[in-house]
Amino acid sequence: MAPDTVRALKCRECGREYPIAPVHVCEFCFGPLEVHYDYDAVARRTSREKIACGPRSIWRYGDFLPVAGRGADFQVGLTPLVRADRLARELGLRELYIKNDSVNPTFSFKDRVVAVALAKAAEFGFDTVACVSTGNLACATAAQAARAGLRCHVLVPAGLEKGKINNMAVYGPQLVLVKGSYDDVNRLGSEIADRYQWAFVNINIRPFYAEGSKTLGFETVEQLGWRAPDHVVVPVASGSLLTKIYRGITEMQKVGLIDATPVRVSGAQAAGCAPVANAFAAGTCDVRPVKPETIAKSLAIGNPADGYYALKTVRETGGHVERADDGEILAGIRLLAATEGIFTEPAGGVTVAVLKKLAAAGKIRPDETTVAYITGNGLKAQEAVEEILAPACTIEPNLASWAKVFERRAC
Amino acid sequence: MSVVAVRIPAPLRRLCGGAAVVDCHGGDIAAVIAALEERYPGLQERLCEETGALRRFVNVYVNGEDVRFLAGLATPLREGDEVSIVPAIAGG
Repeated sequence: MAPDTVRALKCRECGREYPIAPVHVCEFCFGPLEVHYDYDAVARRTSREKIACGPRSIWRYGDFLPVAGRGADFQVGLTPLVRADRLARELGLRELYIKNDSVNPTFSFKDRVVAVALAKAAEFGFDTVACVSTGNLACATAAQAARAGLRCHVLVPAGLEKGKINNMAVYGPQLVLVKGSYDDVNRLGSEIADRYQWAFVNINIRPFYAEGSKTLGFETVEQLGWRAPDHVVVPVASGSLLTKIYRGITEMQKVGLIDATPVRVSGAQAAGCAPVANAFAAGTCDVRPVKPETIAKSLAIGNPADGYYALKTVRETGGHVERADDGEILAGIRLLAATEGIFTEPAGGVTVAVLKKLAAAGKIRPDETTVAYITGNGLKAQEAVEEILAPACTIEPNLASWAKVFERRAC
Repeated sequence: MSVVAVRIPAPLRRLCGGAAVVDCHGGDIAAVIAALEERYPGLQERLCEETGALRRFVNVYVNGEDVRFLAGLATPLREGDEVSIVPAIAGG
């Protein structure tokens, strides 16, 4: 059961079409399958007014999603697009916005993809969902599975931040820590997925799951007052988010909701896990896998499934891919917190650090309307910043003690 | 010549008579793919470009290690090695 705006699944490489089903790989060339829409039908159904009157969640963009009904009401999406003038001044930009997606129900953008994946899994009739995750996806899957009354299995690398482990465990999934990197977990997950009749959100449900990220693009357009930004800066792990934000913006152009103005798409990677940035710098299409070594664990995917497409999107739109090392990532976290009052996880530090680099190099022009995507919350990865924060001073509860500290500080 | 176990991913099982694991002879990955092709005609073109290189979205592992960190198609195989063919999957 799919909405009549959906035509089929289509292989992104060879174009072969498949009926709507929980499959994600083309049997002929192994290319990824994507949802293929009838955009004339979407255009007939959608309008700015209809969207504006819709639910205050991603489901206001339901005409652009591959789900017949509306998913569980979990207040996913419609997160703040914050005008970031203080950060902009710091970076020499004129019109900068932060899309603060760290305030979703489980504090990352993954709530979007999971909402669509679980709605679709329910349509397919699955009673068990699963995922392999660098952390945020597991939190989102476990929480939404709990709310939907579905059984849930999550596999994550054993070296994750404690905050994330606690966060996902509290929802009561079957949680398995795997000794190895995310790429190891990914491979194992794929082999497990072949053995069970489960809805693995980012494996067999992936074509539908990935569509959820488009809603970040839709919201950006609506929140900017129905126009596309000139430049977006997006963190890159698997590369799917970057390609889908761009897809979301261009779909709204395609169906005539907004003018077709050009959008430049830039990517941000941690220096310790930069397969896409490396390929960009080398001028090649060959995204070579790496062994991740970075504090940005949610971006630590050494073998990015959509890296090739992210690279292609960046090149075709005239964007850039930059890297940030651990020191720059921490500085990025502090800069965002100190200028805009937003505490992000290291992935957001990567985005801010790369935003700063691109602005300093003139690769983002000061006159471009620029949106940077902050996709995860700092409270989940507090270990990352502990070392760089000055210890707070402790005093006795009297004025003399206060004055002593105050005078010593001599501010 | 070494005998290795090749894990077949779901999208390819139809070509392999439904088998999830196939025992195969071959001294390296290229030889194993050639052996698979002989047994299950059509399998090679699913995995490899016309140039012979592995397709972009095909990941091949030997005992859990991506062959791109080893010697690619020339990665040598020993008796009892486990070869996994895994499609690329999305992030998390």
